Amino acid sequence: MSEFLIKNGYVYDPSQGINGERHDIAVKDGKIVESASSGATVIDAKDKAVMAGALEIHAHIAGPKVNVGRWYRPEDKLFHSYKRGESTRIEGGFSIPTVFKTGYEYARMGYTFAMEAAMPPLYARHVHEEIHDTPIIDEAALPVIGNNWFMMEYIKNNEIENNAAYVAWLLRQTKGYGIKIVNPGGTEAWAWGLNCLTIHDPVPYFDITPAEIITGLIQTNEFLGLPHSVHIHQNSLGLPGNYTVTLDTLKLAEGHTAKNRFGRKQVMHSTHLQFHSYGGDNWGNFESKAREVMDYVNRQENITIDTGNVTLDETTTMTADGPFEHHLHGLNHLKWANVDVELETAAGVVPYIYSPNIKVCGIQWAIGLELALFSKDPMRTFITTDHPNAGPFTRYPRIVTWLMSKKARDDQIKAFKYSDKVVDATEVASIDRELTLYEIAAMTRAGPAAALGLSQNYGGLAPGMNADIAIYNFNDETTDPAAIEKAYGNVAFLFKDGKICVRDGVIVDPGMKHTFWVDVKVKENKQVMHDVREKFLKYYSVNEGNYLVPESYAPHQHVIALDATQ
Amino acid sequence: MPKVVTDVTCPFCGTLCDDLEITVSDDNKKILSVKNACAIGAEKFNHTKEPGRVTHPRMRQPDGTFKEISYDEAIDFTARMLVKSRKTLMYGWASTSCQAMSIGHEIAEKVGGIVDNCATVCHGSSLIAIQDVGIPSCTLGEIKNRADRVIFWGCNPAHAHPRHMSRYSIFPRGFFTVKGHKGRKIYCVDCRHTDTARVADTFIQVQQGYDYELLNAFRTAARGGPLPDEIGGVPKEKVYEVVEELKTGRFGVIFFGMGLTHTLGRNHNIDIAISFTRDMNEFTKFNIIAMRGHWNVTGSGQVLSWQYGFPYAVDLSRLDKARYQTGETTSVDLLTRNEVEACFYIATDPGAHFPIAAMISSSKKPTVTIDPHINCTTEISDVHIPVAMVGVETGGCAYRMDNVPIETRKVVDPPEGLLTDEEVLTRILNRVNQLMEEA
Ligand code: SF4
Ligand SMILES: [Zn+2]
Repeated sequence: MSEFLIKNGYVYDPSQGINGERHDIAVKDGKIVESASSGATVIDAKDKAVMAGALEIHAHIAGPKVNVGRWYRPEDKLFHSYKRGESTRIEGGFSIPTVFKTGYEYARMGYTFAMEAAMPPLYARHVHEEIHDTPIIDEAALPVIGNNWFMMEYIKNNEIENNAAYVAWLLRQTKGYGIKIVNPGGTEAWAWGLNCLTIHDPVPYFDITPAEIITGLIQTNEFLGLPHSVHIHQNSLGLPGNYTVTLDTLKLAEGHTAKNRFGRKQVMHSTHLQFHSYGGDNWGNFESKAREVMDYVNRQENITIDTGNVTLDETTTMTADGPFEHHLHGLNHLKWANVDVELETAAGVVPYIYSPNIKVCGIQWAIGLELALFSKDPMRTFITTDHPNAGPFTRYPRIVTWLMSKKARDDQIKAFKYSDKVVDATEVASIDRELTLYEIAAMTRAGPAAALGLSQNYGGLAPGMNADIAIYNFNDETTDPAAIEKAYGNVAFLFKDGKICVRDGVIVDPGMKHTFWVDVKVKENKQVMHDVREKFLKYYSVNEGNYLVPESYAPHQHVIALDATQ
Repeated sequence: MPKVVTDVTCPFCGTLCDDLEITVSDDNKKILSVKNACAIGAEKFNHTKEPGRVTHPRMRQPDGTFKEISYDEAIDFTARMLVKSRKTLMYGWASTSCQAMSIGHEIAEKVGGIVDNCATVCHGSSLIAIQDVGIPSCTLGEIKNRADRVIFWGCNPAHAHPRHMSRYSIFPRGFFTVKGHKGRKIYCVDCRHTDTARVADTFIQVQQGYDYELLNAFRTAARGGPLPDEIGGVPKEKVYEVVEELKTGRFGVIFFGMGLTHTLGRNHNIDIAISFTRDMNEFTKFNIIAMRGHWNVTGSGQVLSWQYGFPYAVDLSRLDKARYQTGETTSVDLLTRNEVEACFYIATDPGAHFPIAAMISSSKKPTVTIDPHINCTTEISDVHIPVAMVGVETGGCAYRMDNVPIETRKVVDPPEGLLTDEEVLTRILNRVNQLMEEA
């Protein structure tokens, strides 16, 4: 394999506390090394920012609902096809790009890893087929477990060890990475057209509450010592006044400590917090509660969050929160797709237009930015768009620009049709903070890597780490918003596993993507295996023998093996 | 010792039953018996035993007879045809694996093909309707565990999807449906009294071509609106009564088939059936599911969608972007308007299903067909490349009618020397690459 020496760049690596100092980075055989030999290819990074490859912690980029979004919205392809490059496949789509475009676009922005945030276990094979076809970037997927029948029965009976054995079995079956919770209990209720809007609403028939589900799954996660914590999309998403439910949910993490060998500190990752930080009690008096929520998050060391920034685009919402999509369809009357999945979960899809001419959209935009700007710990606050829910991930360059430039924010506020009302309902206009590249690197590299339990090899540039490196045509002196956006969207170089995959924003190599999954060894558990057998015989529509996703579906798999038998 | 292969998926219809047990001879060459499949499913496996299987590619001669050729010759002919043609119809895909489709798409991107599948003459109208109004749906296990109101509209699973009723929709006992059939009310809406109608509690005979009107009446009744005395031959009292029963159910579902997709109104019929389903969610839980025909036609739609964003009729002839326009990039229209220069058929028999005018046009073009058996299409092809039967002699991923992915299995060896779809397509792709580099 080839050897490289990246010279004269400004390095931003929070994992080592390097803040814009000039450092040379040497690469050999796919790893970062102390020094390079004289034969190394020299890359001149003068005036450029050098960071680790970025990690996406939450996006919907592969699987059944993503694909519904693609095919039931042919209009999303209009005007959004790239001219095909020399070595690339055809690209298409805007808010729900095809798999090829997904891989290329992440790479062009300097991303080398993305987490598919909601994998319905029964459809795991589909998720992996898409991941398989997505070029360059490493990926993993979180199976949704927050409405799973096995889980609800075990937790109701306080059988954490059984639940852990089941989760370990499920991760192996689905080649999954960790525990995703979406609208706990509410999605099961939705199978009857109902919902759970607070953490104390009982789940119909199962006689358990969302709070019990969340607590039980935190215990399960730490019992197993998984690399990632529970990853939660809370109840009551998207509704005015929901910040109290959010705080109630976050408080469930109190008293729990992370137990794992990966250096992960949080016990709960609360995702797309923008959708959960709403005040008011209707859309008329709707307002930001980002400060209240972030005041709590800043104090609680064992919580991480991601933002879910609204990008002010026409997009396609999709979530395992089935009742929410039905509710959204009631608001905008655009085409509604839904799939309820036996024993496990559901998913809904509805197009949505975040218009700068609508007051509520402006407020949502502000809330997303406030979360990041109020954050005291960039290592626990990550940038996402909950792609494609609040906007497509391809807008990260613009979000980074808004976060780094007060001028860019002010320009946007001025462009709103109801600027005054947006300003009244939020604090964004009075925030002067401009994030630095070091803070951006924490929010997109070192932070998410640590939260995913990957900080040993990813998210940083220390010798020994994987050579996933992004080099951008900007540095801390760059203040022009347009220049920031352009540079962040078109890396000068992207190294993936020590190979140059992107050069000046152009894909030059399809890379060798890896699928990450977690294989936990647990004590033999006859009870759980009996339950599995019984549920497949009686209630599933597929045979147990056909549930497993074989390893051949995970290209160049990166298996994180754990032993939870002690 | 004969051995039993369990959890076998049936590669015949969109029901994709995955509980078959197949006994094979100890040398892996012969299927001895098939358990759990319906008659048509079993027939597919037993087909392997029949004599006269084509085991070598065949090329048509000037006198109309076929001569055996080698795979290399067949692959070279195909690759040259694809490279030369500026627009090739690449149709079929419904009876092969998703892995094979993926390779086929790569070829299409290289040579500028138009990739279309059987939806184009089947549930394409459903897909168009879903693109207009969305679709509230669920997996088949949800029906088994929860449904107490089941409507079959313009479909006849008793013949087309024989085990559908026993596995998912009428008879099974599930978690919340412990009484099985007794706990469900079954409705059948059709213009004929089918065998499915026989099992229904209520049969509603709609006049041919009046499905849209009747569904419209269902919507109106659900909202409590006034109706004329009779709609498509159905008295209004009946409509009010049925809709009332549906509302009092806990979980309803509509299954629909070609009786809706290919009768007067087409996509509009599906549109209003979906809209009715959506309306019903104001009163109770309601879903709708298309009865997809071929066992992996759904899979073709899925792979095309994640790679190009469209479920069928994907035109890659521009080479740098994918286009999709029903009526323009759909197979029958392309053929009848004489817009393609060559035809490449795989894993489906358009000769048996397309309108005659389309096939006459097709027969005048260079044509290659990849299929395990001789069929109507192979006989108008220049080259027929026989392959192993997917789901019997080789495995691969397939998607059920509710989009649930299930692996098909290899249960016996293919006849000696026979390649799989994946192998043939890979070799064509390699040859295409070679030829294009040379050029
Ligand atoms: S119902 Fe369909 S899938 Fe099931 S055995 Fe019969 S033909 Fe095969
Ligand atoms: Zn999400």
